[in-house]
Amino acid sequence: MNAPSDKPIIDLARQQAVVARLRAFMPAAQVLFAAEDTLPYECDGLSAYRQVPMVVALPNTEEQVSRILSICYEMQVPVVPRGAGTGLSGGALPMGDGVLLSLAKFNQIVAIDHAARTARVQPGVRNLAISEAVAHLGLYYAPDPSSQIACSIGGNVAENSGGVHCLKYGLTVHNVLKVKGYTITGEAVEFGSAALDSPGYDLLALIIGSEGMLAVTTEVTVKLVPKPERQQVILASFDNVEKAGNAVAAVIAAGIIPAGLEMMDKPATAAVEEYVHAGYDLDAEAILLCESDGTPEEVAEEIARMEAVLSKSGATRFSVSASEPERLKAWSGRKAAFPAVGRISPDYYCMDGTIPRKSLGEILLFIAAMEKKYGLRCPNVFHAGDGNLHPLILFNANDPDELHRTEQFAGEVLEKCVALGGTITGEHGVGIEKINQMCIQFSAGELAAFRAVKIAFDERGLLNPGKNIPSLHRCAEFGGMHVHDGQLPHPELPRF
Amino acid sequence: MSTNASTEAFSAAIREAAASGTPLRIAGGGTKDFYGQSLTGTLLGTRGYSGVVDYEPTELVITARCGTPLAEIEAQLAAQRQMLAFEPPHFGAGATIGGVVAAGLSGPRRAAQGLYCGSVRDHILGVKLMNGEGEALSFGGTVMKNVAGYDVSRVLAGSLGTLGLILEVSLKVLPRPAGVRTLLLAMNQEQAIAKLNEWGGLPVPIGASAWSGEERHGDLWLRLEGAEAAVKSAAARLGGEAVPDDQAATYWQGLREQTDAFFAGDTPLWRLSLPATAPAVELPGTQLIEWGGAQRWYKTDASAAQVRAAASAAGGHATLFRAGAAGKEGVDVFTPLTPVLTGITRKLKQAFDPRGIFNPGRLYREF
Repeated sequence: MNAPSDKPIIDLARQQAVVARLRAFMPAAQVLFAAEDTLPYECDGLSAYRQVPMVVALPNTEEQVSRILSICYEMQVPVVPRGAGTGLSGGALPMGDGVLLSLAKFNQIVAIDHAARTARVQPGVRNLAISEAVAHLGLYYAPDPSSQIACSIGGNVAENSGGVHCLKYGLTVHNVLKVKGYTITGEAVEFGSAALDSPGYDLLALIIGSEGMLAVTTEVTVKLVPKPERQQVILASFDNVEKAGNAVAAVIAAGIIPAGLEMMDKPATAAVEEYVHAGYDLDAEAILLCESDGTPEEVAEEIARMEAVLSKSGATRFSVSASEPERLKAWSGRKAAFPAVGRISPDYYCMDGTIPRKSLGEILLFIAAMEKKYGLRCPNVFHAGDGNLHPLILFNANDPDELHRTEQFAGEVLEKCVALGGTITGEHGVGIEKINQMCIQFSAGELAAFRAVKIAFDERGLLNPGKNIPSLHRCAEFGGMHVHDGQLPHPELPRF
Repeated sequence: MSTNASTEAFSAAIREAAASGTPLRIAGGGTKDFYGQSLTGTLLGTRGYSGVVDYEPTELVITARCGTPLAEIEAQLAAQRQMLAFEPPHFGAGATIGGVVAAGLSGPRRAAQGLYCGSVRDHILGVKLMNGEGEALSFGGTVMKNVAGYDVSRVLAGSLGTLGLILEVSLKVLPRPAGVRTLLLAMNQEQAIAKLNEWGGLPVPIGASAWSGEERHGDLWLRLEGAEAAVKSAAARLGGEAVPDDQAATYWQGLREQTDAFFAGDTPLWRLSLPATAPAVELPGTQLIEWGGAQRWYKTDASAAQVRAAASAAGGHATLFRAGAAGKEGVDVFTPLTPVLTGITRKLKQAFDPRGIFNPGRLYREF
């Protein structure tokens, strides 16, 4: 975590100037500036970081979005786009000298094309609402982040959100055909198309996961896929975490790509069992959830194969869901891991590093050592299929020393993920939260390339500045510049 | 051909070219030289920079240097019953993995249902790239989920080497399907497009499809791929005639490598990328439809303007894939971009290749 230390005091004259320009074409209720109106926007899902925005704009037409952007561009006012505000990395943290551009009013499903299996939706539409709207057609939208009841598709595009089924069905980038939006100058732009590809560079891939820094999204065309006829899950217990990790590798080695493959360690299992009473094995050191989906014949075949592999890998206990309620019960704890942990600790801090799966044992040992070092507990839930870890550090935010130790703990774990060949963030994004760790993962040259990409879309650096890509100056202050082969690129250049 | 076998040698060659403003033409096996707007510059060969750097089947990732022959990668994967699901075409014996990524071309399985779905870009996990200043940069990595920084590595798919020299690439690999079966159904174009889209909305494991023939009657080939049980039940559900395995393999190989009789001759070959539901496109010549309706090949003497108008009316775009005897003189190979996208594209090119030395004119004349 890298909490901003110097919160700018709002420049009232500038605030009034911006409000006047925006209210010239939007009703007063859509342009907020009084503290009591802007306070609800001071943070997103990462509440450790707060900043009241100078102005909040709530457009409800594309033309308004375009005009807001062109005015901000002209006045050189930074713009922070925001969806549902559920992001976990502070990607929508407002700026005290900026406009917070809420897309909340863009909440309509524009069109559903059954034959083409696509839906055109506005960015404020919730992830789960898409699947609900097309359920009667036997279709759904595959990426399913755990926050899917609340998070919006615009935010999913900004973060390239995943979910528990993404090993088999892909991330947001694999399930979006087209993004319509506006550049910072207010110009309309389209990335991707209703076809499977588009001429020129694949800018759609660049927009997805760009944390609202390259363009503002106003419409997303998503792919819909057939709902599997059957889903079944195996719950398997292991008396040792490493064995569970090896079992995951053995499932993959057997040529199986499960629809979901999740792991919880013993402390996480204890926390969720107390919360959901799903009947988890409390003696297990690790629990695996392995899901199969497809036609009834396919699922029967795959479940039998997975059972054989898990048994051979030393599972001490396993059960297969015999009905849909049983399956949902098995998942209930995993899906509720965050709130369950929220009950056993005043605060928790969720990490999001990804590692090559083979390093699972090593990272878990490392986390155990960090628990001792910092005197903090850290249950683990883990997207085992794709190596994405969510260790949850338990702490009390009212104790400044605990908060500080938590930050140190998290930083060390993320750096370890990078050292193991992984990444600091698998799906929650860099935002403001992990911006210092970007200096560990990337070299000065790579960060310079990212900044050049940003400039290609936003020359003045007005769209969500300060997120995702750290400045060289910031990395120098952090003291964690990534060094390749003992040498900075261009060692002849002054850096600080 | 220069045989640069190290990043140091590449870096030296690139810095020298940048200093003197000499355009470089990056090439692996040269099997896709026919593709793109134009070939200019001094050859910068990649075949000497070869080898699989890392392959662990249980991690579902292979990392290889750009000059590694595609055939070598496929052989290593096959030995572990794995594959590159997007079936990249070789178009010749010397195809390299760097060329696969740069060309961004995918084969018959690109529009498969479920697990196997996706193009080259969908399977890229990370790339090591040398920019126009001879600096090696890493983007992405070797893990499935990674949202640190902008997703530069996927943008390199189909960039035709214009952003830099791809040094190394990490690709997601998948297990080969346990069951494979090809069916042949007789139907006309309209029926085929309707049926393919209908099946696309059902849990049917269609891995590849191809329709060809006259408008009134034709043949729809379907390759079912997945768990044995799923393939068997889908085959019973869809009907048609079962094609013997060796004959089916030859057919799909012919499409992937464009050695099928449809692709023979000197008539220009156009690739229309359309929404899968687009109705039949009316152009003179012969047609072959792949990807569930989303990729339509036309062997036609129609003018570029006529082909592009048809593609655009159908909601897609058209590429002059092989110019044939007519040549490419005066024709835009790729559909021109809108002014706003042209501006972004120009600046991105400038960001990675400030001196404009990499494959100038290969993608668009102006970059």
